[in-house]
Amino acid sequence: MADIDLSSVGKDFAGTPALQDITTRFDDGEFIALLGPSGCGKTTLLRLLAGFEMPDRGRIAIGGCDMADAGRGAMVPPEDRNIGFVFQSYALWPHMSVRRNVSYPLEIRRLSRDAIATRTEAALQATGLGDYADRMPSDLSGGQRQRVALARCLVSDPQAVLLDEPLANLDVALRASMQAVFTDFHRRTGATMVYVTHDQSEAMAMADRIAVMDRGRIRQLDTPQNLYERPASRFVAEFVGRGTVVPVQAHDGAGRARILGAEVAVNAAPQSRFVDHVCLRPENLAISETGDLRAKVARVTYLGGKYLLETVLDCGTRLVTETRARFDTGAQLGLTINAPWAFAED
Amino acid sequence: MQKGGSRSEHRLLSVVLLIATFVTLAPVMRLFVEGLTDRTRPGLGLAADVLSQPATLDALRNSLVTAGLGTVISVVLGSAFAFIVALTDLRAKAALVFCLMIPMMIPPQITALSWIQLMGPSSVLLKTLGIAPPLGSAQPLYSPGGIVLLLGIQHMSIVFLTLRAGLRAIPQEVVEAARISGARGLRTWWQVVMPLTLPSLAAGSAITFVTALGNFGIPAMLGIPAGYSTLPTLVYQKLAGMGTGVLAEVSVLAMLIGTVAIAGILAQRFFQTRQRVHLVGSTSRPLAIPLGRARLPVEIALWAVVAAILVLPMFGLVATSLVPAYGVPLRLDTITLQSWAEVLFSQPVTRRAFANSLCLALGVALVLMAMCLPLAWLMSRNPTRLTRLFDSLLDLPYALPGVVLAIAMILLLIDLPLTDATLYGTVWIIFLAYLARFFEVMFRPVQASLKQLDPAMAEAAQSVGAGLSRRMRDVVLPLTAPAAAAGAILVFLTAFNELTVSALLWSSGTETLGVVIFNLEDSGETAMASALAMTIVLVVMVLMGLIQLFSRRFPKGVVPWQT
Repeated sequence: MADIDLSSVGKDFAGTPALQDITTRFDDGEFIALLGPSGCGKTTLLRLLAGFEMPDRGRIAIGGCDMADAGRGAMVPPEDRNIGFVFQSYALWPHMSVRRNVSYPLEIRRLSRDAIATRTEAALQATGLGDYADRMPSDLSGGQRQRVALARCLVSDPQAVLLDEPLANLDVALRASMQAVFTDFHRRTGATMVYVTHDQSEAMAMADRIAVMDRGRIRQLDTPQNLYERPASRFVAEFVGRGTVVPVQAHDGAGRARILGAEVAVNAAPQSRFVDHVCLRPENLAISETGDLRAKVARVTYLGGKYLLETVLDCGTRLVTETRARFDTGAQLGLTINAPWAFAED
Repeated sequence: MQKGGSRSEHRLLSVVLLIATFVTLAPVMRLFVEGLTDRTRPGLGLAADVLSQPATLDALRNSLVTAGLGTVISVVLGSAFAFIVALTDLRAKAALVFCLMIPMMIPPQITALSWIQLMGPSSVLLKTLGIAPPLGSAQPLYSPGGIVLLLGIQHMSIVFLTLRAGLRAIPQEVVEAARISGARGLRTWWQVVMPLTLPSLAAGSAITFVTALGNFGIPAMLGIPAGYSTLPTLVYQKLAGMGTGVLAEVSVLAMLIGTVAIAGILAQRFFQTRQRVHLVGSTSRPLAIPLGRARLPVEIALWAVVAAILVLPMFGLVATSLVPAYGVPLRLDTITLQSWAEVLFSQPVTRRAFANSLCLALGVALVLMAMCLPLAWLMSRNPTRLTRLFDSLLDLPYALPGVVLAIAMILLLIDLPLTDATLYGTVWIIFLAYLARFFEVMFRPVQASLKQLDPAMAEAAQSVGAGLSRRMRDVVLPLTAPAAAAGAILVFLTAFNELTVSALLWSSGTETLGVVIFNLEDSGETAMASALAMTIVLVVMVLMGLIQLFSRRFPKGVVPWQT
């Protein structure tokens, strides 16, 4: 088990930076999700941690040991890092049985025959693969393959487990049950886990902290709740959850601001004296006849039990809100803003 | 801690790449140095001398004419087959394709030998049927026309393969869109399919021309008796007649062939890159335009052509091999296996040649497998400008005419640096020449299969602690083994039959099968030559059948006739 330390890490591909100045720390035993749109550098960061790529700048340490140091041009190769890696494509070796796939890491570590058998069996049982041990990977379903990949990285007791969009190739129903497998695995082993995904509900469901990434930088590393309720930037506010970012027209520095012409109380981080934007999530907007803002319903989407309303204000701003009552497209309604989160545009 | 991403991989790559470069490219470079040297000093005097000789100019003209016209025949035959096989709902396509590949795999001197048995006054087959021309009339194949015809047949598979690959890259939607817009039948073919495949047709023609230009077996068997020389046979005759004293002179000739060939190769590359543009869409389902009522006649016609170019000559070969002496008609009372017994069991030369060819082919296949597996894998993992350059030059020793490579080998190995030793006249010079020539034959299937291998396979092994050698042994090797096996069989097949290179490099004791067939025919032992040739044809067909049998287990692009 180990913590992961990155200082000023950067990586270029063909001259264009894929990662820039990443300085952060993942604590021992934490479940971290790297979340971001495609091309944001999350997979590159994961491959740097694994050692498949060498950073062009900065240092990476895992468990207190230097793993890569661009300054000295030195790095520990992946095979010597004792790290587990779960690939999006599973990367099971098609010419080996399930048991051999799982026991292979132990063979490399030259364990005794008995120790290999015991630990392999334990890993197979832990992932519910006991009955499939002698099958070939091609005879397994997607979810079972993913379990084999997990068993393979669990068997050698890695310091940290890195997962590269492991659920991307599974159907929706299977994803939910595999999420439970991963959280269960994390709780039982206490391993530091870094999980790459572009699916925010997946990240929210499993991670202790989420690093939201954009264009090669970590924009915010925080708990799922904080990311949603207290985004630090416009990108995070718009990327995580539904919501509209609107400018603050005036701010008195003591919790009141004018937004879209209405005077409302806002929340903000205590240290930020200056804010210029607020994030309006559906729960920050209440529908009332006497609302401060007049809006017209532009689109209604049924979400099951409630409706998502896309409304347009007279000034052209689009706001989304949720309601249990049904409205028709074109209906006029009043909206009241209720304690939105305010932040300074980065 | 170590420097760089994966230093062990980089180090191994440099070592293997260095060896591979030396094996494949050094001889070619050596030749070009020699050609630009006049009596150990740089200069073009000798080159100018040789190039102005009338014999050189004649041979050059003959080469261009026979290769050019031969290519025309190949293009007509090969493209007709390719269009019909790739575009229509013909039945038994796999069998047809397999049969079309056989001419390519049968060595040219055997093709020539078998056709000789089919025509002329002493043809056993014709005598048996009682339709032989009167004694004294000329063998019609001993002529430029005969060379052109056989070159055309020998190389039609090349056109067929390149064109079919191009046709398969055409998304079905393109043709369907034309049909839905109202284009029917030949109009679709002419206005949609044809323009899209022109680049592959041009590329196929160019490489066919280069191969025909370098062909030695056919002009040697048909041209030498008629006193008609092409550049490869001129080189052979000079070297065989006057020994290594004329080495400088024949180097110039080899360079001349090489230059023409490189022009052809460049043309092929140019067209090949043109093919890759703007074709988007699914190519999963092959095109199958219904032929309707014309299907049966078309099928009969195609199989008749196959029978004429493949089965008939084989009959000629078998007939000749079963008579006691060349010229005797084949009847129940004259039929004998004497030639077979003699050539397979009694003749020391043929037994030696069998052993030589077998060892050479096996050895080359194994060494190349050991070199190509790591090299192809490391090159795909660590592409640099150097590996890309190597990749683009790799096919030179195979694409360049065998005569060019043979001369280059002699120049490189006749005087080993720092010693008095020479490899010329030993079996090793043939071995090294084969390594260079067949490197590509082994490398490309392995490369194709690695392209389809998920890089995460090796990375997964790396992440659980497997070092470079374990990754190669436990993951890369087993997963590319089928492709490597197919490559090895192909190398074996081509090396086992090889004539052009060994014809110039053999000496007493190091004869190869190709050389022995050539020499037997040359000395009038046609029956024995036929028996030996027939044996080789059988070996070839068995090995090809073996590849075909397992072809489903190979990744795409490994078996050359299953693109």
